[in-house]
Amino acid sequence: MKKCTTRRLDKVPPSGIRKFFDLISSMEGVISMGVGEPDFATPWHITEAAIHSLEQGFTMYTSNAGMLELRQELSAYLKRTYDLDYDPDTELLITSGVSEGLDLAVRAIIDPGNEVIMPDPAYVAYPACVLFADGVPVQVPTYCENDFRLPASDVEAAITPKTKAILIGYPANPTGAVMEMERLAEIADVARRRKLLVISDEIYNLLVYDMEPTCFACLPGMKDHTIMLGGFSKAYAMTGWRIGYAAARHEIIAAMTKIHQYAALCAPTMGQIAAIEALRSGEPEAKRMIEEYDRRRRVIVKGLNDMGLDCFEPRGAFYAFPSIRSTGMSSEEFAESLLMEEKVAVVPGTAFGKCGEGHVRCCYATSMSNIEEALNRMARFVHKHRPG
Amino acid sequence: MRKILEILENDARATPKQIATMTGMSVAEVNNIIKKAEKKRVIVKYKTMINWEKVGHDEKVWAMIEVKMQPQKDVGFDSVAERIYRFPQVRTLYLVSGAYDLAVFVVGKTMQEVASFVSQKLAPLDGVQGTVTHFLLKRYKEDGEILDAGGEDRRLPLTI
Repeated sequence: MKKCTTRRLDKVPPSGIRKFFDLISSMEGVISMGVGEPDFATPWHITEAAIHSLEQGFTMYTSNAGMLELRQELSAYLKRTYDLDYDPDTELLITSGVSEGLDLAVRAIIDPGNEVIMPDPAYVAYPACVLFADGVPVQVPTYCENDFRLPASDVEAAITPKTKAILIGYPANPTGAVMEMERLAEIADVARRRKLLVISDEIYNLLVYDMEPTCFACLPGMKDHTIMLGGFSKAYAMTGWRIGYAAARHEIIAAMTKIHQYAALCAPTMGQIAAIEALRSGEPEAKRMIEEYDRRRRVIVKGLNDMGLDCFEPRGAFYAFPSIRSTGMSSEEFAESLLMEEKVAVVPGTAFGKCGEGHVRCCYATSMSNIEEALNRMARFVHKHRPG
Repeated sequence: MRKILEILENDARATPKQIATMTGMSVAEVNNIIKKAEKKRVIVKYKTMINWEKVGHDEKVWAMIEVKMQPQKDVGFDSVAERIYRFPQVRTLYLVSGAYDLAVFVVGKTMQEVASFVSQKLAPLDGVQGTVTHFLLKRYKEDGEILDAGGEDRRLPLTI
């Protein structure tokens, strides 16, 4: 049959985890450190608020931009957390997760051929969204030696006349890397001087350890040049509810809303109601989960380093991104052999870009007993395969 | 200290070495704090929560007994409370506000045993004005733990 799908799609490589997904599905007793979401269920008071809303009959569309009540709560949240003023009527948009927000942001600002600078490795949707918009992702390598931070000088060196935006996401998936405010300020300085927009994916913003949450739009002069993408999935364990938001100046939010109204109409209503509850009283539960992630983080980082897999300290999200170079294997080989021999699932770093080679992503959003058992199995595996 | 206690409250089997890793403290420091907490009875005891119903032949009967009291001069409820909690059948005892004063959780082999404990030991105590006995029919959640929670992981095994 004649090929019916677009050439544009061919530019996006197939998922780097499909093979592993199929393998795991046929196996029993696998401990998965390959997930990208919390292991906690959504805090009950949030779920209960949504159930109540369903009983009350809140089962219809909301306005395209999202429920005004949610936008007002969000505006208040951004004010009290970051001292940022976003007008709930014109500068906030509720999306179906950050995933949709990212797609909208890119489609709103990228014309065919525009370049978007982003780190490598990065969350897989970053280059994909840009390619779907006929833009060109330009990936700037980041390295373990530099704790996977994105150097502003390298960003600047990657700028061409076609560059339209910088796309960053810190704390980062897959590395767990953070960029401190002073590092982000260097990126902001480049963006300001070279007149670039910045799309800042802040879905993991609250999941930081031993530091305060960062916010790109807080940097001097950056609010009007930043598209802030945030959501509820990670900090409130609400992945399945599909609620995110975009905060930006009116012109950009209006453009994003234009696409959103036709592509999605509105974010799920019950999810929006759950998000209101999360903003109003979700903080203690979120804090409890963050404290638990922190304990697990320390255990996994120590465990990986102890077995000889060098692991820099991830200060955000819930991923460790150890180097597996000491085994002499590639990321794919390591992940596949570890799964087959010890039934521990991790994601090869190459699923997130070329610079992920030599690393695997280990998600520590799983119980402490799972982490300890997975570390035991990995240590046995690494010991067995140690060259020489 | 609080960090260590929170870990132990959730898992009494956490070793000082594990706790040291989780908190970023040294093992010696953790040991020291635990020793002190034990000495001061901040840590009262290390126990295991067991769902005896799953063992199959749990013949124990539990009851929650409301006790209405006449408070006594100088000691209030404390002296009668002590006379009550000394009985090994009494597993938990709280002083509460509201329509009654003491909430007494009692365990026995049979309903008769619990009933006779109430009528012969509890009710005749000086100061006890009346009791209401509630036998426990089903335990859903105890001390923060849902007893019958499946706990299975519903997430996809691999996601980006």
